[in-house]
Amino acid sequence: MSRGRALALMVMIASLITPLITPLPTHADPLPSGTGFLSEDLQARQADEAANPGMLWVDEGARLWQSPQGATGASCASCHGDATTSMRGIATRYPAVDATSGALLNLEDRINLCRTRHQKAEPYPYESDPLLGLTAYVARQSLGLPMDVETGGAAAPFYAAGEAFFHRRQGQLNLSCAQCHDDNAGRSLRGDTISHGLGNGYPAYRLEWQSLGSLQRRLRSCSFGVRAVQFDYGSPDYLALELYLAKRAQGVAIETPAIRR
Amino acid sequence: MRLGGKLLSGAFWLLAALGSQNASGAELLPYTVRNDSVPAPLGGLSGDPRRGRDIVLDRRRGNCLICHSAPVAGEPFQGELGPPLAGVGSRLDAGQIRLRLIDQSRISPRTIMPPYYRIEGLRDVDPAYRDRPALDAQEIEDMVAYLRTLTD
Repeated sequence: MSRGRALALMVMIASLITPLITPLPTHADPLPSGTGFLSEDLQARQADEAANPGMLWVDEGARLWQSPQGATGASCASCHGDATTSMRGIATRYPAVDATSGALLNLEDRINLCRTRHQKAEPYPYESDPLLGLTAYVARQSLGLPMDVETGGAAAPFYAAGEAFFHRRQGQLNLSCAQCHDDNAGRSLRGDTISHGLGNGYPAYRLEWQSLGSLQRRLRSCSFGVRAVQFDYGSPDYLALELYLAKRAQGVAIETPAIRR
Repeated sequence: MRLGGKLLSGAFWLLAALGSQNASGAELLPYTVRNDSVPAPLGGLSGDPRRGRDIVLDRRRGNCLICHSAPVAGEPFQGELGPPLAGVGSRLDAGQIRLRLIDQSRISPRTIMPPYYRIEGLRDVDPAYRDRPALDAQEIEDMVAYLRTLTD
């Protein structure tokens, strides 16, 4: 065998066995959804539309979608038509930067902006049933679709702020989000398991609340837990953090309305 | 100038002697760190292990079981983030336990353990907890006394 043919053979053998011993570089696997930390019973309840209590809000959102609002008397459906097609995939891309104002908006903000800008209606307050309902209804149209937010371009400074927030210690207990949700995810905090801090199930029905609640409400609970300032609903700090969390959830399927403890 | 400088350094000395102080007037008792230990009890206080046990279990005070396990009956849910507290009284002396409660980050800067007797260098503290430590000096000493009893 000539040296050339021997070399070619070696290259061929190497190319055959290399994939077996070193996996080709791929995108990192998505982080596990918090649903995996629920009991089997709760997972089953979440998956069953007739048993998931969050579906009450989704149903209310479906009703509001058709309901005339504000000075224009326009409903969401007047412009957007059938939500099951027009809203499919929308929630996977939020929070997102509004091209007109340059502001970072979560889904709640986008719905309220639609109300003030197009329907000439008052914005709904955070955590009100109508806002939770519409948000959950819109997010529900992306059920099973992977999160996929934009973090470059106009979103870049917001993403950087959210990342910094996630990693800085705060509160009297001097803890960062990362110390629990990166370093200790999956471990026990008394009877609870620390999640990876993904927002893919929100608005979610939390047993602790006995209600549906927004991701912002969940973030305020976390701040309370480390004895830190609870920022206002829709504050720039939490919005930026929401964007960072959404990027952490890249590729994770939307589960709204999820059940959480 | 020279007099002013002396006054200034004197003022700093006085502040240091008083311990940490802040605008609201809350203050911490001074303590001295030797290696990984604060050998002397805070304020010369003596701790009560029975009270210390209550503080360790109290979810609004020590809440230690959120992160640690401890040999305590009737507490089925215990944390697993920090080392088990069983045997801590054999592994560490009182001064070493004291510093770990006061501010574990003086030993390991990246620790997840909160500082229980510190008010400086904290960010975005809830107004309800601002300018006071998570536990007071007596509570720290009570916990030291209790943790010293966990020798097995």
